[in-house]
Amino acid sequence: MAIGLEHYLFLSGILFAIGAAGLLLRRNIIVVLMCIELMLNGANVALVAASRYNGSLDGQTMAIFVMAVAAAEVAVGLAIIIAVFRIRHTLNIDELSTLKG
Amino acid sequence: MEAIVFWVLAALSTGGALGVVLSRDPVHSAMSLVGTLFCIASVFVMLHAHLLAALQVIVYAGAVMVLFVFIIMLLSKPGDKEKRLHRGGMKIAGMTVAGLMLFILTVSIVHEPAPEGEYAIGHIRAVAMNLFTEHVPALQLTALLLLAAVVGATVIAKRRI
Repeated sequence: MAIGLEHYLFLSGILFAIGAAGLLLRRNIIVVLMCIELMLNGANVALVAASRYNGSLDGQTMAIFVMAVAAAEVAVGLAIIIAVFRIRHTLNIDELSTLKG
Repeated sequence: MEAIVFWVLAALSTGGALGVVLSRDPVHSAMSLVGTLFCIASVFVMLHAHLLAALQVIVYAGAVMVLFVFIIMLLSKPGDKEKRLHRGGMKIAGMTVAGLMLFILTVSIVHEPAPEGEYAIGHIRAVAMNLFTEHVPALQLTALLLLAAVVGATVIAKRRI
């Protein structure tokens, strides 16, 4: 069976869905951030596959921007985690339900 | 051949993604995520996006995941993790997984050689031409975003400004 665009889109959808499930189910804030990375990567697969099968490079360019934004997001997110951990001494998001510090 | 490589990569990346969600230890989640990102890099190679595959390995599987593991080590409570280091099987498992990743990437690169011609889809020059001619404003905004992220991360994580 030949592999076409829809296969890659399915893979992308599965990765995104697993990431979303982890985002909602896991309680550790670091793992939640990892699940966000997983979702971004699923989106990247869709962008690159669309770029390949449409013969346009815009998808790949967009994927590069997604990577840059993801790197920035990780840096700021982990800094926030460190700041929160210093104040609250926990990584469980159920215990971090207020913003009062 | 292409179908076999695709299905193997799809199975491995889905399994790695499930490992991220299901494993109890954040370090195991991080290792699963590294494997998943590697498989996605191989998928990019299959899609003739060699530049993106290289960026994926360098930026994601390299820099971002090192940051994650660093934070996990920094914030885990003492006594949590000492037991499982230096267990004999772990070394062999680690070697096997690393070898498997290299094998996967090699297979997909050999199967899908770099595109011919300077302006073929996925060629680094073609991507650069697209990036630096049509998307210059977005590129400059991304530079601004990265600068803001560096400053913001430093300010937030600093104990006292």
